[in-house]
Amino acid sequence: MTDDLTQFRKETRAWLQSNCPLQMREPQTDEDLYWGGRDGAFANSAQKQWFEAMLSRGWTTPDWPTEYGGGGLDPERAKILREEMSRINARPPLSSFGIWMLGPALLKYGTEEQKRYHLPPIIRGEIRWCQGYSEPGAGSDLASVATRAEDKGDHWVVNGQKIWTSYANKADWIFCLVRTDPTAPKHLGISFVLFDMRTPGVSTRPIRLISGNSPFCETFFDDVVVPKGNLVGTLHRGWDVAKYLLGHEREMISAMGLGEVESITTGISEIDPLLRSQMALFDVRAAAFRACSELFLDEFRAGRAHPAKSSMMKYVGTELNKARHELLMSAGGFEAARWSGGSDAGASAQAWLRSKGNSIEGGTSEVQLNIVAKRILSLPST
Amino acid sequence: MPLYHDDEQTMLQDTARGFFDEHAPVSHMRGLRDAKDPAGIAHELWRRCGEMGFTMALIPEEDGGLGLGHVEAGIVQEAIGRNLTPSPLLATAIGGVVALRAATNDLRTEWLPRIAEGVAIVALALEEGSKHAPDQITLKACKHADGFVLNGAKRFVPHAHIADLLIVSARSSPGAEPMLLAVTRETTGITMRTQQLADASLVSDIEFDDTVVEHSNVLVPPRDTGALLEEILNAVRVGAAAELIGLADGAMERTFAYLRDRKQFGVEIGSFQALQHRAAHLYGEVELARAAVLKAQRELDGGSGDRSRHAMVAKAIASQAATLAVQEGVQMHGGIGMTDEHDIGLFMKRARVLAELYGDTNYHAHRLASVNGY
Repeated sequence: MTDDLTQFRKETRAWLQSNCPLQMREPQTDEDLYWGGRDGAFANSAQKQWFEAMLSRGWTTPDWPTEYGGGGLDPERAKILREEMSRINARPPLSSFGIWMLGPALLKYGTEEQKRYHLPPIIRGEIRWCQGYSEPGAGSDLASVATRAEDKGDHWVVNGQKIWTSYANKADWIFCLVRTDPTAPKHLGISFVLFDMRTPGVSTRPIRLISGNSPFCETFFDDVVVPKGNLVGTLHRGWDVAKYLLGHEREMISAMGLGEVESITTGISEIDPLLRSQMALFDVRAAAFRACSELFLDEFRAGRAHPAKSSMMKYVGTELNKARHELLMSAGGFEAARWSGGSDAGASAQAWLRSKGNSIEGGTSEVQLNIVAKRILSLPST
Repeated sequence: MPLYHDDEQTMLQDTARGFFDEHAPVSHMRGLRDAKDPAGIAHELWRRCGEMGFTMALIPEEDGGLGLGHVEAGIVQEAIGRNLTPSPLLATAIGGVVALRAATNDLRTEWLPRIAEGVAIVALALEEGSKHAPDQITLKACKHADGFVLNGAKRFVPHAHIADLLIVSARSSPGAEPMLLAVTRETTGITMRTQQLADASLVSDIEFDDTVVEHSNVLVPPRDTGALLEEILNAVRVGAAAELIGLADGAMERTFAYLRDRKQFGVEIGSFQALQHRAAHLYGEVELARAAVLKAQRELDGGSGDRSRHAMVAKAIASQAATLAVQEGVQMHGGIGMTDEHDIGLFMKRARVLAELYGDTNYHAHRLASVNGY
């Protein structure tokens, strides 16, 4: 067994060495991510080559079943692949809410027909998904979503509004929480549905953030027809699917905490010895978080993690990432505060401001602490 | 390989916890303290640790041990931490064993089997000041016909007063490579002054006055002694970190149970969000530290080139997490937490000493920054 794993590591290392273009091993910014989709275009030939090579082995989703086009790797091999990619700083070949969020929920709750229809295009990067969760009146209190899905026999008619929908203006399909039973208690009247963003009545409007960028949108539904076959899981029990998916989303967001501050360290002990101390203490936490992330991922993939542990990881990881950006800004001084010009044309400041959203999106830090207190520590409810 | 414990390690954890929960719970420590026990430990318990194999984890099989690793040694250390058990296991079965198994001379065969059996106790005499500074060695070892003559002092050495063997760092001249000497406590020219720390543990200041040490008592590793000293320190730092995790768990369990039970304003105080958030934050901090300690143990066992860095991180974060656990523990217990009768205060006192032992958070964060190039 151990020999097999050693052999797998050896082969994987060699394969990555010859298939991962050097350009795909350089540090990346948000603009370097490949998201696929109907309108997806590769930034350059290296990105295309890398994506296609990984796809040929099913490694855009290394641990998904091979029957849908995934890599079929067991947790130990999937970990080896992650380690070997990380060793050469290989970029992920495909960024996708389909992979990080919807896919795991479909694998657990979807019908065979839904899996066969939706998973292969996610794996191949052909369909780009967005998440219709938050609404103007349903933020931390997500279960109070008010978007209505009215039963019209063989289909629903959906009316309402979502907000903070990441990249809704670039997405092909949406997975969406809608209220199918307005008379039931709020957690028991929600359904989880999928529909094409090209359906008549769907419109989006990007929201300009403090960073100056617009990754989030308002999404409007005006008499949108959704076939009944697009329901995932049980009718009115969409909250179960939503929560399961949130676990994966939180795991994804917690990875924000994996960043380092090393690149900003030149001469800092002379200029600002107190900042050096703060950075040193940050480095301790960052290293501990890397270990924690490894442990959590191992437990998570093996199905051994407490279902609420992703809340703890999300809380710790995002608070850490915010602290990292505060240190980067402090170390960078006026250069980092630049909004235009300079070598990075405001990228530091934008990344710093963007990081403030980490502890809000996917459930605020305070919501995560509520969940940990209740579900892991078994503290009493009020 | 997944980072979590495998089945055998999980079994060992159950065994170790079961053993110390039953035979050496906090009341055991309290009993030794109240009786002003001169040894500060129960020799009978130490012998039974040998029977259970707890002293043998890091001893190679050819020397009568189990040939396991730092993960296993840490599991036992964690069980000790949960129960605040006074035990020379850290210095003996982790520090002492890592030192002695590297010896190329008879020291190895002479001492390792005795440690394995739970007979011999080892103390690490590596500090000369009040703060951890293992590089500052002024204890002088002058060449002598039969070996070396020691002059100088070591301070705050845990369990030295009951140790069969002292592992002592010295230098032949300022700036010279450090030496490690394995000296029996009864050697002529050694005097000890033993005192109690806040956690009721006993530490000794040791004076060396023309103490003659024979050549055979010089610890001769295959490579340089400085590297061996670093190896020993890595091992005891990670071991102390594991003990701190156990301690933090013990403090948290008591505190969270209190939050669930204690009623004020007609409700359990654990239903207040102000306390829930602090409790959940604390849980996250301890989980962070637990993973860092596990990672460091694995890196030590794998002989990774990065193991010193992982050891620094583990000790730094475990000290911090345990400190938070006991501070929140006493505060959340309210008035009862301030009493000697309640155990939570004992956790606070032990955490203070363990946080200091082999380098506190600031010490290791500072070193980490230097290693990281700033």
